[in-house]
Amino acid sequence: MSGQALHEPFEDLERQRLAAAFGMWIFLATEILFFGSAILAFSVYRQLHPEGMLAAARETDIVLGSVNTAILLASSVTMAVADKAAERMRKRETILCLALTAGFGLGFLVVKLFEYREDITQRLVPGPHFALGEPGAQLFFGFYWVMTGIHAIHLTIGIVIVLLTIWRIRRGSLAYGRTGFLPSLGLYWHLVDVVWIFLFPLLYLGGRA
Amino acid sequence: MSAARESGLWRQGLLMGAALMALLALTIALAFVPLGRLNGVASYGIALAKAGLVALVFMKLGRSPALVRLAAFAGIFWLAALCLLTFTDYPFRQPIEQRQTRPGGQPADAPLLLRK
Repeated sequence: MSGQALHEPFEDLERQRLAAAFGMWIFLATEILFFGSAILAFSVYRQLHPEGMLAAARETDIVLGSVNTAILLASSVTMAVADKAAERMRKRETILCLALTAGFGLGFLVVKLFEYREDITQRLVPGPHFALGEPGAQLFFGFYWVMTGIHAIHLTIGIVIVLLTIWRIRRGSLAYGRTGFLPSLGLYWHLVDVVWIFLFPLLYLGGRA
Repeated sequence: MSAARESGLWRQGLLMGAALMALLALTIALAFVPLGRLNGVASYGIALAKAGLVALVFMKLGRSPALVRLAAFAGIFWLAALCLLTFTDYPFRQPIEQRQTRPGGQPADAPLLLRK
């Protein structure tokens, strides 16, 4: 049916699954610290340069940002269903939901690329030709490009691993229902979603009222 | 039987998806309502609610063993420590340091903050 589930150094599948979840959460804790400290730095500059940061915040595309948020929320739904399907050993549904998850992820990246192109056209890249004059406005967009860029890299890594997982399940070389692999992949994917859940109000909802 | 299993597969996910989309719609709508300082509270509060739902349900923290929850809590704990140290730093910087922190800050010979 599928590859070997239990592997060294574990003698017990339950313990192996626990170790997988534990290890992944240790990694996710470091990710929380990474993005959390970037958001913290953003909030410090938001206090130091309120007018500039708010003026810049109005220039992001709230429509594309909202669409992207909805896409990632949907992808978390499909990833959770994939995990559930795998637990019930339903191979077809697992592959379908993983494919939908990857599809949503790719959709996010496509929208992001269009948004980046729009931002470049509007000269919202920090540097000598920056469009806005207020001090602090360039700071906002410095954070915008770095944070959304690194988030997009995380998402791309997730998409690649999801596609690889689909391939491995189809080949039959992954004991998808019994190892901790798919739950751990789900945890990573949901964290990428959670990071965006916080980036969205930070970068798109400021200064609109 | 197979159909029942199918609906059971999607039910929780779709319910969660509906809740998350509703919160998304709410946060977008509130962003356009002038609430002053409450705008920030509203948008980050709703973000916290969405993240909490994803963490408790999709990431299964609601029914994980204590060890796994501890690892998750550790991330939040150390981030909170970082935030505490940062937010008790900048507001209490003295005038002599303020020129480096904020360009329009007080001159170096201004009286010290928080002292009589």
